[in-house]
Amino acid sequence: MSRLNVILALVLVMCALAVIQAQHRARTYFVELERLKKEARALDEQWGQLQLEQSTWANPARVDTLARTQLGLVAPPQERTHIETLVGEP
Amino acid sequence: MSYQPRNARSHQLLKLNLAPWRMVAVGGMLLGGLVLVAGRAFYLQGLNTDYLQGKGDAVANRNLTLPTHRGQVADRHGQLLAISTPVESLWARPVELKLNPEQHVHLAKVLGMSPPELTKKLARRTRGEFAIRRPVTPEQAAKIAAMGTPGLYLRREFRRYYPAGEVAAHVVGFTNVDDLGQEGVERAYQDWLAGREGERRIMRDRRGNTIRDLAPIKTAQMGGNLALALDLKIQYLAHRELAAAIKTHKAKGGSVVVLDAKTGEILALANQPNFNPNNRRNYKPEPMRNRAVIDTFEPGSTIKPFVAAAVLERGLFHPDSVIDTPETWRVGTKLVRDVHPHPRMTVTEIIQKSSNVGAVKLAMSLTSQQYWDVLHRSGFGELPGSGFPGESAGRLRAAATWKPVEHATMAYGYGLSVSLLQLTRAYMAFANDGEVMPLSFLKREPQEVAGERVFSPSVAREVRAMMEAVTADGGTGQRTRVPGYRVAGKTGTAHKLVNGHYAPDRYLSSFIGMAPASNPRLIIGVVIDEPSGGVYYGGSVAGPVFAQVMAASLRQLALPPDAPETATRMTQSAPVVAAPTVVARVGGGM
Repeated sequence: MSRLNVILALVLVMCALAVIQAQHRARTYFVELERLKKEARALDEQWGQLQLEQSTWANPARVDTLARTQLGLVAPPQERTHIETLVGEP
Repeated sequence: MSYQPRNARSHQLLKLNLAPWRMVAVGGMLLGGLVLVAGRAFYLQGLNTDYLQGKGDAVANRNLTLPTHRGQVADRHGQLLAISTPVESLWARPVELKLNPEQHVHLAKVLGMSPPELTKKLARRTRGEFAIRRPVTPEQAAKIAAMGTPGLYLRREFRRYYPAGEVAAHVVGFTNVDDLGQEGVERAYQDWLAGREGERRIMRDRRGNTIRDLAPIKTAQMGGNLALALDLKIQYLAHRELAAAIKTHKAKGGSVVVLDAKTGEILALANQPNFNPNNRRNYKPEPMRNRAVIDTFEPGSTIKPFVAAAVLERGLFHPDSVIDTPETWRVGTKLVRDVHPHPRMTVTEIIQKSSNVGAVKLAMSLTSQQYWDVLHRSGFGELPGSGFPGESAGRLRAAATWKPVEHATMAYGYGLSVSLLQLTRAYMAFANDGEVMPLSFLKREPQEVAGERVFSPSVAREVRAMMEAVTADGGTGQRTRVPGYRVAGKTGTAHKLVNGHYAPDRYLSSFIGMAPASNPRLIIGVVIDEPSGGVYYGGSVAGPVFAQVMAASLRQLALPPDAPETATRMTQSAPVVAAPTVVARVGGGM
């Protein structure tokens, strides 16, 4: 009887320690999760800024001006366009 | 461990000579103390627990708002048209602000203003706080943060950017400082784009770290993204060509609409004058109006194909029927006049040469109700249904109220009003073998939509053939030709109504056309308001804009040319085949 009590008491103490341990781990992980979420948000914002930058560089008005003035490109005239037929297309 | 007296001897030792009342008194005091402590414990733990728990939680628990931001708007290929991105802005709290002269000069330098200017900025006597500069650039923000001046602080806020600027301004619209859509798509899809802030309850430790998620109060909803039907490259071309034409012809304004004939998607929509949505100062309502959708005008000759369709549909004429067309023709008190008279014309030639007399004679063969029915079916007087805020339905009065003169003028486009979007939409019936697809500013798949039948396929094709004659030799739209492609369309030159009278010298020049005419994929509507450079005919003012935008758009979409070889003037003879593909595309359509 008393031996069983001692064993149960020991088990109880171990369980209590395990609860503390689990709680601590949960909190650590939670802090980590929060940190990562914050990082994800920051990356998301950075992605948005990069997209904005990309679309500013790729703005058709800018590309048009650069192509004409710096690269000297022109749309090909009709005489210089050759129409090819892809064989095997329905 | 209870004590059990085992023998008399030990019992003796413990025996004390105490008065019994002392025992009772001490026992009573201890018991009383116990009752007091137990009672207090019961009071705190049992009766008053909610209050105390609440106090405890208030120290550690917080409600945290979960921020959300407005969704992006992109064109059909994913090119950004509007995006919200966080920026830092510089705020000051005057009560705490302490700047020594050195810091003052430094701050002015960082902000790119002179020290006296900064002094003026900071001189504001407010109790609260105010913005010095919103937004500041990331580099400026870093320098200001490094100063660490009390009373100066950076605040993070989301700001809306429009990378396409004025090019797509009227379609995309803009938001106000509170991030509410004010115009265009930003307004039409406000609820979808805005998203919703969330809130949750968390537990914090001493250092301010979140250590436990207690309960979500409101789930955050991120703002949804939108993919528009717009093609930014075509939109840019439309914008560029329109702006150039407005300048050349010294016009007051103008609009271009590009529709996908197969799906009803709005590929481009440009207006002049326009505005830059990134510049929040100097907002004037006039350039912000989306003329193509909101303004209405009398369509003039661009209505004539509908007259032709109406008479063909009833079998009253066919395209080659010959009609006497004198130079003038009297209806009631009104004298209808042709600019380029021909004594006899076929129905096709009436459309080709845009004869008013011919159109009136065709329309007079119908009853008012019959003509009204065709116009009504084509969508005149009804909302075009694009979902754009403030779109107008134009005006088409009930047939019963028409006077004979009005019936006649209606044949060449006076007495009713339309918006450019509405008119271009109506032409979809001719482009799409009689079926009109519902308009959409949002991208969609062709199989998603069911069209509405307006004309029979044979009538639509016959009218399309007549409109192709407009761009052929002898037509009014020879400057609308696109090399390599067959083009069908109709010119319009209408006098403007000024103070209830038609002004003899103010015009509205328009052209609505489609290509490739063998199986139209694109419909482009162009209207130029009050060209005052000496030229005013629709074919000469609006026509070249149409031709430029159409040529570039067809190349952009890589549609195979459908014109006969001789007309395309090719150096090498290419085999005539069912599905040729454009291979050589140099420099792009930009």
